[in-house]
Amino acid sequence: MLEVRLSHSLGALSLDVAFEAPRGVTVLFGRSGSGKTTIVNAVAGLLRPESGRIAVGERVLCDTAQRLHLPPHRRRLGYIFQEGRLFPHLSVRQNLRYGQWFAPKGARPEDMARVVEMLGIGDLLARRPGALSGGEKSRVAIGRALLSAPRAILADEPLASLDEARKAEILPYLERLRDEVDIPILYVSHSASEVARLATTVVALEAGHVVAQGRAEEVLGDPAITPLGAREAGAVLAARVVRHHADGLTELDAGGAALWLPRVDRPEGADLRVRIAAHDVIVARGRPEGLSALNILPGRVQTLREGSGPGALLAVDTQAGRVLARITGRAAAALDLGPGAEVHMVIKAVAVAQADIGTAR
Amino acid sequence: MQDWLSPAEWEAVRLSLRVALWATLFSLPLGLAVAYALARWRFPGREVLNVVVHLPLIMPPVVTGYLLLLAFGIKGPIGGFLDSTLGFAFAFRWTGAALAAGVMAFPFMVRAVRLSIEAVDPKLEQAAATLGASGAWVFLTVTLPLILPGIIAGTVLTFAKGMGEFGATITFVSNIPGQTQTIPLAIDLLLETPGGEARAARLAGLSILMAAAALAFSEWMARRVAARVGGR
Repeated sequence: MLEVRLSHSLGALSLDVAFEAPRGVTVLFGRSGSGKTTIVNAVAGLLRPESGRIAVGERVLCDTAQRLHLPPHRRRLGYIFQEGRLFPHLSVRQNLRYGQWFAPKGARPEDMARVVEMLGIGDLLARRPGALSGGEKSRVAIGRALLSAPRAILADEPLASLDEARKAEILPYLERLRDEVDIPILYVSHSASEVARLATTVVALEAGHVVAQGRAEEVLGDPAITPLGAREAGAVLAARVVRHHADGLTELDAGGAALWLPRVDRPEGADLRVRIAAHDVIVARGRPEGLSALNILPGRVQTLREGSGPGALLAVDTQAGRVLARITGRAAAALDLGPGAEVHMVIKAVAVAQADIGTAR
Repeated sequence: MQDWLSPAEWEAVRLSLRVALWATLFSLPLGLAVAYALARWRFPGREVLNVVVHLPLIMPPVVTGYLLLLAFGIKGPIGGFLDSTLGFAFAFRWTGAALAAGVMAFPFMVRAVRLSIEAVDPKLEQAAATLGASGAWVFLTVTLPLILPGIIAGTVLTFAKGMGEFGATITFVSNIPGQTQTIPLAIDLLLETPGGEARAARLAGLSILMAAAALAFSEWMARRVAARVGGR
C-alpha cells in the first residue's frame, strides 16, 4: 500500500491531495496540468513537497512534519519515465541490471529471466538503446524499473510518446505487470482507454485536487466524475469470453448478460475489461425492434447529470454493470429520463475499439 | 639518428614530454571538478571563477608568466611558503615549466569538459538515482562515461598546449637548458644562434609531427567512444 498526502504549489498549480494506492494499478487520471506528474515526482523524491507524508507499507519516504525526506536513491521505487531514459552507453542487459546492482542484499529482486520473458525482450539483450524502436525501449524501461527490487512502481505516461500501434503492443505487457507483480503501481495517464484497461483503482484529479478515488468500475461509472470532460466519459464492464463464432464475432458474458463484439483475440474463458464509450450508446425507452445493433441491455436509470451545454450524461445500472450514455438534454426531457426510469441501452458491436478491450485477472 | 638532433635537443624533447605530461595529469582532475561546478552548480562567485579560469586564454602569455612569477617565485607568497615548508620550488625548474603549461592549458581542459557535461541530459542522472545510485555512483556510472569524449578532447588539447607553451614559460622560469628549455624555447634559441636554422627546422618538424599524432590519437579515441556511447 502506497499512501500519499501532500500539498505543494508550483507555478499556477496548487496541489493538495491525499490518496492510497493498493496492490494493482492505481491510475492518476486527469488533464494535462492537473498535477499528476508533480505528484509522481514527489513520491519518487525528485521534488520536495512543501508539506505532506508519503509512505510505502511501513516505510516512510517523506514526512515534512518530521523533516524527513529520503533522497531518490534510498526510496527504492521503480520509475518508468515517459521517454524511457535508458542509458545510451550501456547495453540492454546492462540497463536491466543497473538497478539490481544497487538493490540491498536482503531485497528479493524479480528474476531476470522471468522479466525478460514477460516483456519479450530476450532478443534485445546485447543491443544498445540507440538501436531499439520506441516500443522496445518502453519494454526495456519497464523491465529496468521492475528489476531494481522496488517497493512500488511509478509510471509517468509511459505510452504517451508512442503511436497507437506501439501502444497496442505495450498495453498487454502492462496488464501482465499488473497481474503478476505483487507491489503497488502508480500510473499517470490522461488516456481514457489506458485507464479503462489498466486501472484497479482510479484517483481522478482536477486542478491539483482529488475529485474521486475508488475502484475503477465505480469511479469510471460515475457521471459526476469526468476529469477529461463528458466527451471522454465511458464505463468499464467486466466480461468473460464465452465463444468465438464463425461470423467473426465473439460472444462475451458480462454479469449474465450476453455482449457481442467483433473478434476479441483472447481464449475462451479469459476475463476481459471492456470500455463502453458514453457517446457510443443509444438510449431507448421501450425495447427497440428491427435494429441493427446487436447489444441491447435493459436497465434502470441511476442518475442523470445535465451538463452546462446541451449534453447530459446518463448512468444506467444493467445486468452487465453500470453503463454511461451521453445524450442531449432535449432527449432526456422527451423520454422523461429520471432516476428509476426503465430504459434499454443500445451498443453497436463495432463501436467498441480493440484498444478499449483489455485483460483482467 | 643520434646525429639528427644534438643531445641538448633530445633533452628539450624529453623535457617537453615530461612538462606536458605533468601539466595534463594535474589539469585533468582539477579541470573536471571546475567544469562540473561551472556546468551544474549555481554558487556565489561562479562568474568570478569562470573569468579566472579563462584569463590565461585572453591575457598576453607574458602577463600570465609574470603573475606566476609574482605568486610562485621564491619571494612570492605561495612559492615562498612551499619553499620554506616543503622545500619545493617552481622557480627556474622544470616543475615551474609544468605549472606554466598547466595554467595556460587549463581553459582548454575546462571548456572541453564543460561542454560535454552540459550535453548530458540530467534526466538520465535522475533515472539512475531512482534506480538506487547515490550521487557518486551516478557520476561514475552515467555522467563520466557520457562525457568521456569531452575528457579525451580536453586531455589531448591540454597535452598539445603543454608541449607548445612558450610565453608564460620563458617569463616565469626562463630558458635554462636541461631544466626549462622545452622544444619551443629551444627553437627560439636556435633561431637566434647563427647557423641554427636547419636544426630549428628539424625541431619544428618534430613538434608538428607530435601535435598531429596527438590529434589523430584523440580523433581515433573519440570515434571509438562515440561508437560505444551512442552506438548500436
